[in-house]
Amino acid sequence: MTQANTPSSTEAFDLVQAVKDAGFAGMVTFGLCVPIVAFRAEQDMANKLVLQQRWWMALVITGLVIVARFLFSLHQHSRRNDHAQQAPAGTSSALALIKPYLAPLGFGFITIYPLMMLAIHGPSGSIKWIDNFGIQILIYVMLGWGLNIVVGLAGLLDLGYVAFYAVGAYSYALIATKVIPETFPFLGVWAFWICLPISGLLAALWGILLGFPVLRLRGDYLAIVTLAFGEIIRLVLINWVDFSNGYAGLSSIPRPSFFGIPFNASDTGFAAVFNLEFSPIYRTIFLYYVILVLSLMTAYVTLKLRRLPVGRAWEALREDEIACRSLGINTTITKLTAFSIGAMFGGFAGCFFAARQGFISPESFVFLESAQILAIVVLGGMGSLFGVVVASIALVGGIEILRELDFLKEVFGPTFDPSQYRMLVFGVAMVLMMLWKPRGLISTRDPSVVYKERKAISGSMVQEGHG
Amino acid sequence: MAIFIQQLINGLTLGSIYGLIAIGYTMVFGIIGMVNFAHGDVFMVSAFIALLLFLVATTLLGFGIVPALFLVLVLGMLITGLWNWTIERTAYRPLRGSFRLAPLISAIGMSILLSNLIQVIQGPRNKPVPPMFTQVLPLFEENGYTVGIGYKQIVIMVVTAVLLGLFWYIVQKTPLGRAQRACEQDQKMAALLGIDVDKTISLTFVLGAALAAVAGVMYIMYYGVINFSDGFVPGVKAFTAAVLGGIGSLPGAVIGGLLIGLIETMWSAYFSIDYKDVAAFSILAITLVFLPTGLLGRPEVEKV
Repeated sequence: MTQANTPSSTEAFDLVQAVKDAGFAGMVTFGLCVPIVAFRAEQDMANKLVLQQRWWMALVITGLVIVARFLFSLHQHSRRNDHAQQAPAGTSSALALIKPYLAPLGFGFITIYPLMMLAIHGPSGSIKWIDNFGIQILIYVMLGWGLNIVVGLAGLLDLGYVAFYAVGAYSYALIATKVIPETFPFLGVWAFWICLPISGLLAALWGILLGFPVLRLRGDYLAIVTLAFGEIIRLVLINWVDFSNGYAGLSSIPRPSFFGIPFNASDTGFAAVFNLEFSPIYRTIFLYYVILVLSLMTAYVTLKLRRLPVGRAWEALREDEIACRSLGINTTITKLTAFSIGAMFGGFAGCFFAARQGFISPESFVFLESAQILAIVVLGGMGSLFGVVVASIALVGGIEILRELDFLKEVFGPTFDPSQYRMLVFGVAMVLMMLWKPRGLISTRDPSVVYKERKAISGSMVQEGHG
Repeated sequence: MAIFIQQLINGLTLGSIYGLIAIGYTMVFGIIGMVNFAHGDVFMVSAFIALLLFLVATTLLGFGIVPALFLVLVLGMLITGLWNWTIERTAYRPLRGSFRLAPLISAIGMSILLSNLIQVIQGPRNKPVPPMFTQVLPLFEENGYTVGIGYKQIVIMVVTAVLLGLFWYIVQKTPLGRAQRACEQDQKMAALLGIDVDKTISLTFVLGAALAAVAGVMYIMYYGVINFSDGFVPGVKAFTAAVLGGIGSLPGAVIGGLLIGLIETMWSAYFSIDYKDVAAFSILAITLVFLPTGLLGRPEVEKV
């Protein structure tokens, strides 16, 4: 795949070699498929496994791989010739043309999105669109931006980010269902607004507690230890039934109020106070704006921090830890701030999540959730805020849209459920992204500090030290 | 005392399985310095391959249990080796020389891919295997409690010991093992001396996968059930074993595996079965923080 290319001449396409490669790939694929695709073990009525044979499936996959490998050879060939003829162009001009309008346009769109949906689908039809698409995507955007501080800016691979999400969610759930009704019942309607900062602080505290012993570890060891911590927190939540109610989870968590006015059908409820007809849509729209503001706050803080000395120290740390240390940067403190600030935003998101669902259980905080957030950060281009948005829309919204497409059910049969393929798509996308663009989709980023004029730095030009 | 000895036997059986998986982690880390996050899922895939091959051999071909197991072991090692070879070739090799975290992220993606692929093509339900070798050999009796060793435990320990011996011979005495150890010490120098480094790394992945396949067969035999998500926890435990033994050290991986198996069974027997995974994860964190070189590992010197 990585032959040295001769820049001067265009070489002829080596058909024999391409066919050989494709044949070899096909043989390997068939070998891989033999037991695992060609047979399927299913339980019968007596709970005994019986074999089903599906050789056609193995053959179809093999055929697809052969074709794909051949096309890949063709593509490689044409790309080599293109390279020989012309120097690679810079950033595409079309993108550069719309770039200045992108931010205000996007911002305008997300601000009026719920009202647009309300106008198109009506009060009852639009809940699905605002909740499943808008709020769901924004939660992941916020988590992605929070994790981005840790992974993208400070270069610390955190595989247990979901632990802080869980800390935030459980803090809110426990305080709002146990502490507030027992000790401060008059604060009931304000529960969400009081607990939001508390959840963030608690999550940050946990970030410091967990981070302190482990932050002197190397990159991949750190990743594994954070994974272990994430799992420990989840297992404790499952097993410590007195505290967290175990697998059953916590339910009837109070929903947020409109700054003291609850969303219910009573006389003091939101609809009555504002002389509107009661509908659950108002709460959904309100929740949308809450998560929008929370995530924009995350982005704002990130952008501001990047310009402060601590932010610059994070990025320096990501590029070369040894150089940082020799320049007198306290690496432990620097890493710890990144870790705890990232954790804090995870805690905010968790608090919001608990308030939106009204029910939480340890099932929501499994490792795959961490991996999913990490995938969003990685695919978006580590360190890029805009990239995280694109990746969340593509990966979270994309799957939701697939579920909406009815013709897919006719093609793949009535049992077709795209959410089954969701994590598969995440996995494939993560591997392909690393192969194609290890620095992510949006790998060009503006420098935090400039002297005289602004120059874009391509991620591929940044050399990374090791440490 | 009787319970202790019974738990010792159970722990060593479980530990052999962890040790076999741990070798795959430690060898790959030794040669390219990468945590092969997908190795636990390779183990899970191998268990599925073993399950399907076993069903094919017993129902379609009409083999007896012992020849079927032998066939499953040999074919399973080959096919799992092919799987890991393909994974290395497509997902890890192009990333050599890329930025530091790229191979790890790619491995995480591969791990998600493998477990969900199995979920899609084999279904999300548990797959139970008909129980085999259910007889128990009684050893002695104390206060009415009989200490026994199951036939399958004997099979597991014997097969593990034989294969570890074979593997030890390959690494220590054959040209392949020599090349492998040379690449571990200095890849550039090994390449200058005419060793095909890429091929050696590929073969390391194949060897690691073959041992994971043995662990997969043993797991199926011991627990009698497999699920697409069963790769993660044994994978992390085997990684803990590799770290505890000193990552990069082969005897360390085996010792670490046995220790983790023992700790897990003793913890379940004497403290709390609910928190046995917490114990394993805590050991991982404690070892990495306080004893990063493990029991038998070499200290790592960072060069600028």
